[in-house]
Amino acid sequence: MEARENLLVVDRLKTQFFTYGGVVEALDEVSFEIEKGEIFGLVGESGCGKSVTATSILGLVAKPGRVISGRILLDGENLLEKNDHEMNDVRGSRIAMIFQDPTSSLNPLFRIGRQVAEPYVYHQHRPKRQALKDATEILTKTGFPDADEKARNYPHELSGGLRQRAMIAMSLTCEPELLIADEPTTNLDVTIGRQILDLVKDLQREFGASVLWITHDMAVVAQMCDHVGVMYAGSIVEKTDVRTLFRNAKHPYTERLLRAIPSAVKSTDKLEEIPGSVPRLINPPTGCRFHPRCDYVMAVCSSVKPAEQEIEPGHWVACHRFAGEGEAT
Amino acid sequence: MTTALFECRNLTKFFPIKNLFRETGRVHAVEDVNLTIPEGGTVGLVGESGCGKTTLARTLLLLIEPTSGQVIFRGEDMVSRSKRQLRQFRRETAIVFQDPYSSLDPRMLIADVVGEPLVIHKVAFGEDRDNVVLSLLKRVGLDADHMYRYPHEFSGGQRQRLAIARALAADPKFILLDEATSALDVSVQAKILNMLSQLKADLRLTYMFISHDLSVVRHLSDHIGVMYLGRMVEYGTREQVFDTPTHPYTRGLLAAAPSLDPNDRDRPREVVLQGEVPSAVEPPSGCRFHPRCPDRKPGCDNVRPELVDIGDGHLVACIPG
Repeated sequence: MEARENLLVVDRLKTQFFTYGGVVEALDEVSFEIEKGEIFGLVGESGCGKSVTATSILGLVAKPGRVISGRILLDGENLLEKNDHEMNDVRGSRIAMIFQDPTSSLNPLFRIGRQVAEPYVYHQHRPKRQALKDATEILTKTGFPDADEKARNYPHELSGGLRQRAMIAMSLTCEPELLIADEPTTNLDVTIGRQILDLVKDLQREFGASVLWITHDMAVVAQMCDHVGVMYAGSIVEKTDVRTLFRNAKHPYTERLLRAIPSAVKSTDKLEEIPGSVPRLINPPTGCRFHPRCDYVMAVCSSVKPAEQEIEPGHWVACHRFAGEGEAT
Repeated sequence: MTTALFECRNLTKFFPIKNLFRETGRVHAVEDVNLTIPEGGTVGLVGESGCGKTTLARTLLLLIEPTSGQVIFRGEDMVSRSKRQLRQFRRETAIVFQDPYSSLDPRMLIADVVGEPLVIHKVAFGEDRDNVVLSLLKRVGLDADHMYRYPHEFSGGQRQRLAIARALAADPKFILLDEATSALDVSVQAKILNMLSQLKADLRLTYMFISHDLSVVRHLSDHIGVMYLGRMVEYGTREQVFDTPTHPYTRGLLAAAPSLDPNDRDRPREVVLQGEVPSAVEPPSGCRFHPRCPDRKPGCDNVRPELVDIGDGHLVACIPG
């Protein structure tokens, strides 16, 4: 495969929340790259830091949170060095986001057309009438039946599927280089969710954007993503291309997680359980954060955080079991 | 043959839509559903939001009064009974809801939350009650020191365990699990599903399991009903429904669920469902699925298909063509 250019490089990103209860170490040196034109999946369970990664990239980490260290390079430019004003020109224009819940992310007081047209007015300074016309056009592209009429509807008049389509239309208005999709199909029914998956894939091919796809659903990863990072308690524990992940998962957490999915096992079998529960990120476990739940725990696991090892080309695992097998980074 | 624990015949529930003066329409939530739940079995109900799964299940438990039809529990019709006469029925049936954050009273101690059915059904009081609660907590994998805490001190998975403990309190024979694992993470869900299987075997329970997650329903159920806009469109054993789905809607639903195999992504899907579920206020005529059906035939918009046995109890409501 030819070497492709990276659009986004996230390098040792560390984000923490300074709460009254203590410091929540939400992201602990998260690193990954997204190539131009690919869909990169970030998968993990609640509280593992998927969404914090997204808000960190957008510069929208809510107080009392703060990005402590690391770099986020979009086409070589470090987003963490930009001020608020400069970030406003990035958000919605070069990086756009689709949220999980379109009901709470659309403004109930404005008509759909006007909301979708807003980026055209703000970022591209198009005249309002033109922007509304263009909004209708992009709504049609995202599969709105009779967009002219629907553009005059308020969000509550639309179904969940159509609202999510409107969100997607809005995110695509300025032809972003990077689209961040945070669980966009989680609240939708199976058949509607599938329509949205197909839509995003078609549009991504057409616009050539890169996508950061955040989800907890391994099946969605299998069907959508090119590369995948598996997150656990604020770190990426395994990262590789999607086929390798499902064929040859190596990190003990990934292995277990894949066997906990009901469709992955024969229906009569017991599902795999992961002993214990996800740790709190105030005073998280030392060393490897998975070690208290791991089957293969060794003495070193509780004291040293494992570095990412490349165990086969393009397959990175952060686990001491594979230390020495590859070049440490 | 096992005996039927639950049966419903021509069960129908319409919700009236009223303005200030009169009824202006009806939501056709459940229409003419026949269902048998064998003792010791698990019947799964699948379908998309608004298809009537929850209404059907709650009507079955008489939490909602049916518009017409019969609910037969252990051979006796329950619909005509008074509240007092239903008390034994209430004791033998229980329900676990989807959202453990809103189904546990935040101001009650766990001992009271789990022990409430015992008091209501006059099974145990005071110290006896506490002893029963203790054994229930142990059964669902919680500790004795959890008894005098409040619901907010527990994680989502633990709360669902508490909800299950409460459901088990009055020693029921039947438990309705309404999206009981949908709000949980995969690894937590795995634990709860394993526990439910274990409890069923230990206590000889009968389950009805409702979920929009096909893989979970497949894992737990031995019979599965597929609903669409208030009607049962297909019913059969797990193998019949999942291995040889016959109704076009079932086929579309199964094809729409993302598979865990990345190689499936390039494979063309057999059936792709377009559009959305129509309104249940003015449902389509004839077969309710006909506006979205890929195999639509001329008669589908005026003839209502009945459930027909296509072999070994595999029921499908579709006009064969």
